[in-house]
Amino acid sequence: MMRAFLALLARDLRLAVRLGGGGGMAVFFFLIVISLLPLGIGPDRALLAKVAPGMLWVALLLAALLTLDRLFQADYEDGSLDLLTMGPLPLELVVVAKAVGHWLTTGLPLVVAAPLLGVLLNLPGEAYPPMMAAMLIGTPALSFLGAIGAALTVGIRRGGLLASLLVLPFYIPVLIFGVGAADAAAGGFSGEAGRQSLLLLGAVALASLVLGPLGGAAALRANLR
Amino acid sequence: MTISELSLCARDLACERGGRLVYDGLSFSLKGGEALVLTGPNGAGKSSLLRQLAGLLDVTRGEIALEGGDPERTPGEQAHYAGHLDALKPSMSVVETVIFWRRFLGSIPQGAETALEALGLLHLADLPVAYLSAGQRRRLSLARLIAVPRPIWLLDEPTVALDAASVARLLGLMKGHLGQGGMIVAATHLDLGLEGAKTLRLGAEVAA
Repeated sequence: MMRAFLALLARDLRLAVRLGGGGGMAVFFFLIVISLLPLGIGPDRALLAKVAPGMLWVALLLAALLTLDRLFQADYEDGSLDLLTMGPLPLELVVVAKAVGHWLTTGLPLVVAAPLLGVLLNLPGEAYPPMMAAMLIGTPALSFLGAIGAALTVGIRRGGLLASLLVLPFYIPVLIFGVGAADAAAGGFSGEAGRQSLLLLGAVALASLVLGPLGGAAALRANLR
Repeated sequence: MTISELSLCARDLACERGGRLVYDGLSFSLKGGEALVLTGPNGAGKSSLLRQLAGLLDVTRGEIALEGGDPERTPGEQAHYAGHLDALKPSMSVVETVIFWRRFLGSIPQGAETALEALGLLHLADLPVAYLSAGQRRRLSLARLIAVPRPIWLLDEPTVALDAASVARLLGLMKGHLGQGGMIVAATHLDLGLEGAKTLRLGAEVAA
């Protein structure tokens, strides 16, 4: 079973690297949105520093959503999903493998790009460590919650937009606690408030690790049959 | 593992697609080493029956039972389903595709060459799937049957896009599978020439 899991994960990573598109596109989108921001708001450094954590998180959420719709759809369209359900791996673990693959190819590159983009927005130095920690904790939740939306819309052509509408409300806790962690550090009252935000973000991430596979597998079953 | 005592039974099977009853009261039984050929006009439910047997489609009424198989696995997990979609990824090479199937479906680490050899694809092993012809793609998707041993083969129009030599090759593989005590359910419009195969004709009542 472990071997099947790793085989699927390795296949997804290989496809993502070969096809490009996915992760690279998301990082590029992230970059564009963030570099547009100073142009839109104006070069007020104090204002930029104030909105930086929130804008970084919002852009990251949108960038992660951008790649979500192909999570199951490519496999659905070419019949691979039928095979994945007929393997020894429970469908829940298939969803886990796909979500982990999505995180490694999209979430992780976005987290790596975030500090570079923070410079563009004049993010205060002390806000970097908590923001990075929050993004590392929060991005897996984006992939796992997103898997539910992707699974629900798998049979729908152009289902990407619908998936985004379904999933975005569930990203709100990640956004609030993620921004909270960075804001607490940037606002000077570090310590308790930031730590609490990180802990709550961790709780959201852990819950999504359970709900994502269960909900995603149930949605796939309903859609396939 | 001996698979000769297997038997696959369908009792009073019904299938409803989109509110329309495709078939009803369908029963058959198949023992190890036997083949069942499904015939019938378009829309008679041949593909639906294969998908139900594979566990990919809900059974509206009736039941499907596999006796003598691995009790911990569903009939679908002991079957190969080769449908109209070939489940191939254009950016993976031929041999990578087969290795993935062996690892994912059967947890078998290495050795994809026998399956490619059996379908006459060994000389194309390192070619990306994107460059294969329709017939070669079909042969590659059928290589799964050999790459991962499973007792039941569910084949939906397996000869589509295949040339005469490849059809003969497939027939040889099917006979070999039956000889080892496996089972085949195939939907086809062609006469495959499997001796002793049972035939099930679907869609007897033609809609006026």
